[in-house]
Amino acid sequence: MSLLEIKNLTVEFQTASGPFRAVDGVSLKVDEGEVLAIVGESGSGKSVSMLAAMGLLPWTAKVTADVLTFNGRDMQSMSDSDRRKIIGKDIAMIFQEPIASLNPCFTVGFQIEEVLRIHTDLSRKARRDRAIELFQSVGIPNPEERLGHFPHQMSGGQCQRVMIATALACNPKLLIADEPTTALDVTIQKQILDLLMKLQAEHGMGLIIITHDMGVVAETADRVIVQYKGRQIESADVLSLFESPKSVYTKALLSALPENAVGGRLPTITEKLTDTEIFAGAVR
Amino acid sequence: MTPVLEAKNLKRDYHIPGGLFKPGKTVHAVKGVSFKVEQGKTLAIVGESGCGKSTLARMVTMIDPITEGEMLIDGGKVDIASEPLTSEMRSKVQIVFQNPYGSLNPRKKIGDILTEPLVINTKVPADERRDRAMAMLKKVGLEEKHYGRYPHMFSGGQRQRVAIARALMLNPRLLVLDEPVSALDLSVQAQVLNLLADLQDEFQLTYVFISHDLSVVRHIANDVMVMYFGEAVEYGSRDQVFEDPQHSYTKTLFAATPRVDVDAIRARIERRKRVA
Repeated sequence: MSLLEIKNLTVEFQTASGPFRAVDGVSLKVDEGEVLAIVGESGSGKSVSMLAAMGLLPWTAKVTADVLTFNGRDMQSMSDSDRRKIIGKDIAMIFQEPIASLNPCFTVGFQIEEVLRIHTDLSRKARRDRAIELFQSVGIPNPEERLGHFPHQMSGGQCQRVMIATALACNPKLLIADEPTTALDVTIQKQILDLLMKLQAEHGMGLIIITHDMGVVAETADRVIVQYKGRQIESADVLSLFESPKSVYTKALLSALPENAVGGRLPTITEKLTDTEIFAGAVR
Repeated sequence: MTPVLEAKNLKRDYHIPGGLFKPGKTVHAVKGVSFKVEQGKTLAIVGESGCGKSTLARMVTMIDPITEGEMLIDGGKVDIASEPLTSEMRSKVQIVFQNPYGSLNPRKKIGDILTEPLVINTKVPADERRDRAMAMLKKVGLEEKHYGRYPHMFSGGQRQRVAIARALMLNPRLLVLDEPVSALDLSVQAQVLNLLADLQDEFQLTYVFISHDLSVVRHIANDVMVMYFGEAVEYGSRDQVFEDPQHSYTKTLFAATPRVDVDAIRARIERRKRVA
């Protein structure tokens, strides 16, 4: 049984100029211990589809799906309070801006212990011990001292480690990382990706990485889904995607990587492709 | 031939004033950097955030004065700390910033944005300013109808084209590009990089290209300088730096850059299987 299963997910937003379809018929599956990368340019609906799956979109969004189950439970018919018991515990999410996603008014220790307070029955002492243990596991030096620090006292990389520790607090079955390294330097990016992969292997979690960076995909994913303007263009395992991309769009995207041309001009095929051509070339 | 830009032992300090109980501090943002760029060539400056690459860009564009050292543009010495900046000097060096959403005034039309450098620095009459702006719009791959529109009506890639057009209005010799493509999507990034290459060929422009993305640097640069904590730890031609990095920081940087070739992916999957 797969951990998260989505079939034909559609998200519409009501705008002044009529409904806008941000996600159009996306289907995916993540198994335990699997790393899935969702890759696409901005506006491809990759974040929105995950937010919809977690029920984090505002009421203006209309979410419909044929199937939307987590661990065999239907997420659509679930009450809000039931959903809140799962989110943050069994499904956790890491966001793009590490500094912005922590509350500046509270210490990082308070914020990580808050998750444990809500989702577990641990005593105050046990919560603190668990927080220290988590900080150690994500490689934050002097965890006892660091727990008392505020987000602004830490660097971007350290904040992202705190976010990862918070997400892992309740041993989630599924971790969704939305552009986890976009705001970070390459050297820090490497550390964070290595850390995510190490923790994923240790806990046997399912991991969904949302990214626009083909490099991150190549370094982490088992399977890849390519999205464009809310629609799924291609779904393949990582090796075959890079070795022999099937859809025109993926081919164009990969050929636009600066690595593939030293000097001269880069092929900009996506500029000439129309949406209809891209959608027609979709390989599910 | 005299290089377009030559820097000898450039330094820049920032003084942080102290308070009642706190003594003042001096931050050495750039600690003595030397380089030169010939006409029509691209020098890439690489480094992580806080290493002083943007400070260097500010000195080269004559926004910030130099604390110590010497900077020559077209063989002429520049020092804005001791003598005021002339409009002639201003038009020699122009800059394109990282975020095209922040660098264009949202209350001005594209036409006004493009003609503003001419209004400030030259005595070109209004109708000629308009003609030049129209011509420049076409040059960067936009259309004449975009002249009267506002920045919010454009996508990120188009805005970066406008920013590049504005920088080129004064026919500069040197263009400083401060992370010009890092806010853009992959396919748009390719378009902007191609545009920069086309413009360089056409006007024999000289670029100082600041980036943290090594794959972009490898694609566009002739020379590469790697900065680390305000110092240039590596400086040489592209092939020299990429094939035989000397400094340990450069090696770390290369090792950290994700690789997209099939062999690297295959090796990673093998590793993962072995662990599992």
